[in-house]
Amino acid sequence: MPDFLLEIGCEEIPARMIDVASQELRERVAALLSRERLAGGEVSSFDTPRRLAVLASGIHAAQADVTEQAIGPSVNVAYKDGQPTPAAVAFARKAGVDVAQLEKVTTPKGEYLAAKVTKKGRSAAEILAESLPKEIATIYWPKNMYWRKPNERFVRPVRWLVAMLDGETIPLEVAGIRAGKTSRGHRILCGGEVAVPRAGTAYVDSLRAAKVLGRGEREHQIRKALDAATRSVSGARWREDKALLDTVVNLTEFPSAILGSFDPQFLALPEEVLVTVMRDHQKYFAVEDATGKLLPHFLAVLNTDSDPQGLIRHGNERVLRARFNDARFFWETDQKRSLLERLDSLRHVTFQKDLGSYYEKTLRVQRLCSWLSEIIKQGGMAVRPGVIHKAACLAKTDLTTELVKEFTELQGIVGGLYARVQQLDPSLPEATRFAIADTIYDHYKPESTEDAVPRSMEGAVLSIGDKADTIAGMFALGMVPSGSKDPFALRRQANGIVKIVAEKKLPLRLGDVMRDARSGYKGSEAEKKFVAEEKYEESIRTLFCERLEFYLKETHGYAYDVVNAVLAADAEDVVDALARAEAVAKARPSADFESISVAFKRMKNILKQAAESGKRIAETVDSGALTEESEKVLAEQVPRTAVAVEKQRSAKNYDAALLEIAKLRPAIDKFFDKVMVMVEDEQVRANRLALLRTLLKEFSTIADFSEIVTEGKA
Amino acid sequence: MNPPKSNSLTFQDLILRLQTFWAERGCVLQQPYDVEVGAGTMAPETFLRVLGPKPYKVAYVQPSRRPADGRYGENPNRLFKHMQLQVILKPPPENVQELYLESLTAIGIDLRQHDIKFEEDNWEAPTLSAWGVGWQVMLDGLEITQFTYFQQCGGVDLFPISVELTYGLERIAAFLQDVDSIYDIVWARDPETGNVVKYGDVRLADELQFSVYNFEAADVEKAWKHFELCEAECKTLLEKYAALGKDDGSGDGNPHLSQSARKMGHPGNASPEKARFPLLGAYDLCLKCSHMFNILDARGAISVTERVGVIARVRALAVGIAKAWVDQQKSEASSTEKSDEAEPVGEKKSKGRKETLSPVG
Repeated sequence: MPDFLLEIGCEEIPARMIDVASQELRERVAALLSRERLAGGEVSSFDTPRRLAVLASGIHAAQADVTEQAIGPSVNVAYKDGQPTPAAVAFARKAGVDVAQLEKVTTPKGEYLAAKVTKKGRSAAEILAESLPKEIATIYWPKNMYWRKPNERFVRPVRWLVAMLDGETIPLEVAGIRAGKTSRGHRILCGGEVAVPRAGTAYVDSLRAAKVLGRGEREHQIRKALDAATRSVSGARWREDKALLDTVVNLTEFPSAILGSFDPQFLALPEEVLVTVMRDHQKYFAVEDATGKLLPHFLAVLNTDSDPQGLIRHGNERVLRARFNDARFFWETDQKRSLLERLDSLRHVTFQKDLGSYYEKTLRVQRLCSWLSEIIKQGGMAVRPGVIHKAACLAKTDLTTELVKEFTELQGIVGGLYARVQQLDPSLPEATRFAIADTIYDHYKPESTEDAVPRSMEGAVLSIGDKADTIAGMFALGMVPSGSKDPFALRRQANGIVKIVAEKKLPLRLGDVMRDARSGYKGSEAEKKFVAEEKYEESIRTLFCERLEFYLKETHGYAYDVVNAVLAADAEDVVDALARAEAVAKARPSADFESISVAFKRMKNILKQAAESGKRIAETVDSGALTEESEKVLAEQVPRTAVAVEKQRSAKNYDAALLEIAKLRPAIDKFFDKVMVMVEDEQVRANRLALLRTLLKEFSTIADFSEIVTEGKA
Repeated sequence: MNPPKSNSLTFQDLILRLQTFWAERGCVLQQPYDVEVGAGTMAPETFLRVLGPKPYKVAYVQPSRRPADGRYGENPNRLFKHMQLQVILKPPPENVQELYLESLTAIGIDLRQHDIKFEEDNWEAPTLSAWGVGWQVMLDGLEITQFTYFQQCGGVDLFPISVELTYGLERIAAFLQDVDSIYDIVWARDPETGNVVKYGDVRLADELQFSVYNFEAADVEKAWKHFELCEAECKTLLEKYAALGKDDGSGDGNPHLSQSARKMGHPGNASPEKARFPLLGAYDLCLKCSHMFNILDARGAISVTERVGVIARVRALAVGIAKAWVDQQKSEASSTEKSDEAEPVGEKKSKGRKETLSPVG
C-alpha cells in the first residue's frame, strides 16, 4: 500500500485561484483513484503559490485481478461424439485455458461452455502516468495561458513535476516536463532544488526544511507574526480581515510580518481612504486602538523570514508615504472644483456605451427618485424628497475626482465625504447638508448580501433609483445575466433593491419601479436599441422573482415550498411577501393547514384535467344547481369566509386570515368525501367545477397552498 | 546590502546596468523609438517583433507619453512622460523568472535583504487588441516591474509567445536612492567634481510645459485634423497592401511570382512589391493617431459617444497592420530562404547603431 505524491511546480499562481484549484485537483485525484480501484487512505492537498500537490496515503500498488466467467459455444456444438469440436478448442485458446478446464453452465437458453478468465490488474504507476495529464489539463482556471503549445494551457508555466509512489518516480509527463523526485524550495531562502526522499509526510518535511510551508501552517504563522508585531504598540490590535488574510496566505511560501508606521498627520485624511490604500493597494493590515480608532501603524506580511536590517520596513513605509501623499494631494486637488462644478463634466464620463453618459443617468435617477419618494410619502412614510434630489444630482460627480480615479472602490464614499466638507449650499442648515452627504455616501450600499442597507430613507431611495436605472437600461438592451455571466453585477444590484425594500419596509412594487425606470430612457438614443416592452417586463419579472426567492430563502431561511407558495400569489410587493411568508411558515405545521394544502392540490388537479379534456366550467356558481348537502354547505360557506379572509388580508393580518381559511377544512373534507365532481351530468359538473375555481381563486391571494409539500400525500 | 545613499546608482547608471545585463544575455540593445508612444509595448520593436515565428531578444529604454497623467510637475509620483526599460524575450526561456531576479541583483538589490512577490496582474491594451497574463513584481511593497507573457497582439494569436519585462525606471531609481520625489532622483553624478544633476533639472520643465499643452493649449480642432489625416493615410496604405495580395492571386502583372511559390500556397510571397511595402510607415501613422487620441482625451475633447468609436478606429489600424505584417514576414521568409539570418526588410536596425529606418526613404 504505497503513498502517492503529485506536485505540479509552477510559476506564481494568482492568489485568488489557489484554494479552488487545489481543491479541484485533490477531488480529481481522489475520483481517479476510486474509479481505477486504487483508493486507499486519506487524500489531502498541499499548496503554495508555486505548487499544487496531492498526497494520497496507502493506495493500492496495482488494481486487484478480476476474474470473470466467459461464456462460450453451446455444449451441443462443442462436443461431437464426446470429443471437443474446433469451436470448443478455439474458445479454450481464447480464454487461455485447457479444453479440459472448461466448465458447463446452464443458462436460460440451454447448456453452454464457460471458462474462468482472469484479467490482470494494471499497476498504479501505469494508470496514474496515463490518466493524470488529462486530469491536470482539465483543472478550471478563471484565466489561463499557453507558453509552449497553443493547445497546452495552464494558469502559469509549469516548471517542474514530482510524481512518486513511496520512493519511486512515476513516469508522468506534463507540458513537456518529466516527473522526477526533485522539488524546489523557497525562491530566496532556499533558492535551489530539493530532493524529495519519498511520498507522504517526508515530502512535507523536506519542503519545510527548504522554507516552504503548507496553507494551514502559513496562516498560523501569519496570525502569530501579526500578533507579535502588534504587541510593540501598547493597547493596539490588528484589524481582522479574512479576505486579506486569505490573500497574503496565498502570496507567501514562508511568511513573516513587520510593523511599520506612518506620519500621524495622515490620520487627518478620512479613515476610508487610509484603509483602502493599506488594504486594497498594499495588502497591509490596519492597526487600531481598543476603541477601534485607527493608529498610525500598519502590518505588512512578507514572503521571507525576517527583516534583519529594517530595509523591508523602511521600503514599505516609503511606499505607503508616497501613496498617502498621493491621496492627500488628490484630496486637496479635488477641493479646487466642487462637486457641483463637476456636474457638467459627467457628460464626458461613459455610463454604458449604448446608454450614454453619467450626466444623462443623473437626470434619469433624479426623476425616478422623485417619483419613488412620492409613492413612499403616500404610503405614509417620512421622506425628504429635497435631500434626495440634491444628493442624486451630485451622486456621480465623484467619478471625475482624482481620488476616485485612483481608488475606484471608494465611489460614493468619496462623494459623501466631499459633500460633507464642501458646504455646497450655505443657505441650507447643517443637518440638511449632512443628510445630503450621507445619502451620497451610502448610495452604493448594500454591496453584498451581508452588507448593510443605507442608513437613511433618502439613501435607500437613491440607492434603489440608481440600481433600478442601471438594471432597466441593461435589460432593455437585452443584456440579461445568464448562468455565471453577469459582468455588470445586475443580480447583485437587484438583490440590493430587494434587501432595501424589505428592510426599510417600503411600499414599492418591483414591477412598477422597473417600468418607471425604463420610461426614464424615453426619447433617448438608447431607446432605439431596446427590446419590446413585453419581453423586458418578462425578463424583469423573472429576475426579481429569483432575487426575492433568494432573499426569502437565504436571508430569512424560509423553506422553498413556502417561498414558492407565497411568490405564486404575488412577487411584486417585497414587504407583503415577507409578511405572508412569515404567516404561512407559522401556519404550516397545523393539521388543518396540511389538509387544506392537500385539498387545494386536488382541486387544482381536477380543474387541470377538466381544462385538458375540454369540460365546461360554469361562469358562476348556481346555488340552485347544487344537489348534494355537503356541496351546498361549502358553497354557502365560501363567500362568507371570503369576506372574513379579505377583511383580515386587507389589514395584512395574515395569521388571522389563514385561520379563517383553515376553518373551511371540515366543509372541504366533507365535500371531497361525499361529492364526485366529474359526474356525467354536464350541468352539475360545470357547476361543481365553478365552485372549486371560485374557492381556489378566493383563497390563493396569500399563498398558493397547492405548492406546499405535504408528507406522503402530494 | 544597499549601498549608502550617496553612492547609490544614478538614474543613468541604473539604465546602463540593466542594458549591460540584458546585452550580456543576448539582447539587441535598441534605442528609444522616435514616435510618441504611450508604452514601450507600442514601439515596433515590441508590437511587430512579437508577431510571427522568428525568435528575437531586445532591450530598450522607451520614454512613454501619457498626456492625461501629467500633473504640471507638482506631484512627486506622477509623470506625463516616464521611462520604461523594456525587455522582450521571444520565446521566453524556461528560467525567465530567475533571470529577472538576477537582473535585480545586478542593480544592487540584495534579495536576501528584501521582500519579493509576484502578484497577479494581467495586461490588456484595447487600442492594440493585445493582451497577456503575468504579474506585477513587488519589492518591499513597491511595484517595480510588469512581467507579462503575451498571448495576443494586434488581434493575432502569438506563436511562439514572448515575455515582456517592463521596468519602471523612475520608481526603481527612487527606491535605490531612497528619495520621496521623482524629481529628487540623481540622474547623473560628475565623477570629477561629485556634482549631481537631478531628474528635476533634466525633466521638470518638460512636465510643466507639456501638462499646460496637453490640458490647456493643444488645439482641439487641429488635433482632430492630425488624427484624421494620419488615419486616412494609414488606411490607404493598408488598402494598397491588400490590393497587392489580390493582384498576385489573379496572377496578372506579377512576373516575379514563381511557380513554386504558387504551389506553396503563398500567392505573391516572393513579390518584391510586398517585401518593400512600407507597413512600418503605416504603423507610425497608427501610433500618431493613438497619441492624438490621448491628447484629445486629456483635453476633454472626446465625448462619451465618440470615445468607444475612436478607440475602435485606432484598433482597426493596429489590427490591420499586424495582419499585414505577419503576411509580409512570410513573404520575406520565402524569398530569402537561403539565409535564416535575414531580417525583415526595413524594420531591423543593426545593434546599437541608428540607420535609416523608413523603407519609403
